[in-house]
Amino acid sequence: MASVTLHQVKKSYGETAIIHGVDLAIADGEFVVLVGPSGCGKSTLLRMLAGLEEISGGQIRIGNRVVNGLPPRDRDIAMVFQNYALYPHMTVGENMTFALRLKKQPEDEIKHRLDQAATMLGLSHLLERFPRQLSGGQRQRVAMGRAIVRDPQVFLFDEPLSNLDAKLRVQMRADIKALHQQLKTTSVYVTHDQIEAMTMADRIVVLHDGLIEQVGTPLELYDNPANKFVAGFIGSPSMNFLPGTLRHAAGSTVIDLEDGQYWPVSTQEVGAAGQKVWLGLRPEHLQVVDGHGLNATIRVVEPTGADTHLIMKLGQTELCATVRDRIHVQSGQTLQVMPLPGKAYLFDHATDARIALTADAPTPEVVQ
Amino acid sequence: MKLLRKLPPEARLLLPAFVVILLVVAVPLLFSLYTSFTSYRLVRPETIWNVVWFKNYLKLFGNSDFWWAFGRTVLFLTVVLNLEMLFGLALALLVNQVTRGQRMLRTIMMFPMMFSPVLVGFQFKFMFNDNIGIVNHILQNWFGVTEAIPWLVESHLAFFSLACAEIWNSTAVFAILLLAGLMAMPQDPLEAARVDGCTPLQAFRHVTLPFLMPFVYIAMTIRSLDVGRAFDIVKIMTNGGPAGRTELIWTLSARAGYEDARMGYANAMSYVAVLLSIAFTVHFFRKLNASRQFLNEVDA
Repeated sequence: MASVTLHQVKKSYGETAIIHGVDLAIADGEFVVLVGPSGCGKSTLLRMLAGLEEISGGQIRIGNRVVNGLPPRDRDIAMVFQNYALYPHMTVGENMTFALRLKKQPEDEIKHRLDQAATMLGLSHLLERFPRQLSGGQRQRVAMGRAIVRDPQVFLFDEPLSNLDAKLRVQMRADIKALHQQLKTTSVYVTHDQIEAMTMADRIVVLHDGLIEQVGTPLELYDNPANKFVAGFIGSPSMNFLPGTLRHAAGSTVIDLEDGQYWPVSTQEVGAAGQKVWLGLRPEHLQVVDGHGLNATIRVVEPTGADTHLIMKLGQTELCATVRDRIHVQSGQTLQVMPLPGKAYLFDHATDARIALTADAPTPEVVQ
Repeated sequence: MKLLRKLPPEARLLLPAFVVILLVVAVPLLFSLYTSFTSYRLVRPETIWNVVWFKNYLKLFGNSDFWWAFGRTVLFLTVVLNLEMLFGLALALLVNQVTRGQRMLRTIMMFPMMFSPVLVGFQFKFMFNDNIGIVNHILQNWFGVTEAIPWLVESHLAFFSLACAEIWNSTAVFAILLLAGLMAMPQDPLEAARVDGCTPLQAFRHVTLPFLMPFVYIAMTIRSLDVGRAFDIVKIMTNGGPAGRTELIWTLSARAGYEDARMGYANAMSYVAVLLSIAFTVHFFRKLNASRQFLNEVDA
């Protein structure tokens, strides 16, 4: 096991820069998830860690070694690929022991490690089968087994669950997490699925356009997003953003929204008057109220069973609210919604950076 | 007509196909099989009724010339197929590395296949000619060889020359099929192999090659039928000579049939040649099926 350090890591293909200098320190035994929309460079970063892509600039260290120039085979890493990448002509057992056989490990050692990994993953009865005879979930386990038997310094996962069906994905998610708690091997996990990131990670790295937007534990990112991108990316359904303008009124700050509504955001002055901002409201932090609230017109009602998503329109902006109570409303109806105290976020319109609000709960008084 | 109407409709619909196959394939096949049991000579047509049973075959199996030709055919097949496989693989790997102008290269690579084997035979006969051929010219002028090497006369050299012509003509078959295989190959297992600790050579040996084997055997099957019936290049370049030292089964058979007019004997020989081809085909098909066991990833 080892720590992993990235220092000003850059990647470009010719003129096109993909990763613009990433700094990241991953502690020994940590489970770090790189998350971001497709094209953000997360897979490229992982492949650079693996040695499958060259590094255009900066330095990558695994443990105490700088691995920049090392081929993958000398980095002591194991990787699990999105579409499993099993060797189709080898049995499950052969797939899992391939790396050990290459290293000419003693036969009984290989067998011992294979048995251990196969038991851990519930693959013992499948060792003689070929990959094509396995289901997607089983193949994924074999791919994991192939990584585990090697007992590497670092595990790299490249969207390993995205080819599985929803139910299996949830199960494998828990399995991988349990496995990590057992093995405690440093792991770097790439996904575009923020739920995977939230549920599995010790720390999440949010990437966007080749830059790190924020690094933190799942709840840190959820509670204190550094900017509009992270706020919108973490959480499901994602955060609502209402455009507005700041106005200072008697020492407090209000935000003027579209169609003449306004909302008090702080009892102190934040930002500059006239500053264009986004008001960020998480759907699960919105409650339907009588009288005091923002007026919104319902467009669609989506019951999911446990809770109900109300898709509404506030001015020109779509607004989603998640309510737990059974609620009988119809599309076209106008409701009053209001965020829970202290759960409103403010972002600068130009820079998308978060504008800190004081802890004071804004007074829930809305005047039309 | 009445009889035709009595047939069930499916039989009536299939009848034309049956008639064609009967006339084009079955009758000639049975006829030639029958003649191989007679002492049929083209110059004496009445001998077609003279059934001698297995006399032709016995004579064949007792004839050392035939066994030499048989052995030479098997050797020719083995040498040519294996070398074509190696050269084709090398070509495919090289062309696969090229990103710009690959289409052009692929087309150029197929040029030799566009020439008739007869023309290729003439050209190589010309090149390997011991007096005026370019091969000896180069060897003598650039490499200080003093004597004229009898490329088409000495039996081993003649065999080598024939193999050269055949290989030049048809290596592209292997190259194209293997290139198709390389292009269809998923890249992930290769990357997994690199992470698993493979050197590039080991990755090729343990991942690429097993994936290519079905393509190799398809090419082998096609080419074994081609080379198994090798006739034109040999006929042009050495005509089986000198003194039968480059005779293959088909040149020997053609000689017996058309020059000596012993059609019964020639047909017996042809049947042995066909069985040999079938044996090669069956062998490669078995290999093919064994090697593609793993290929269908989708179904269980």
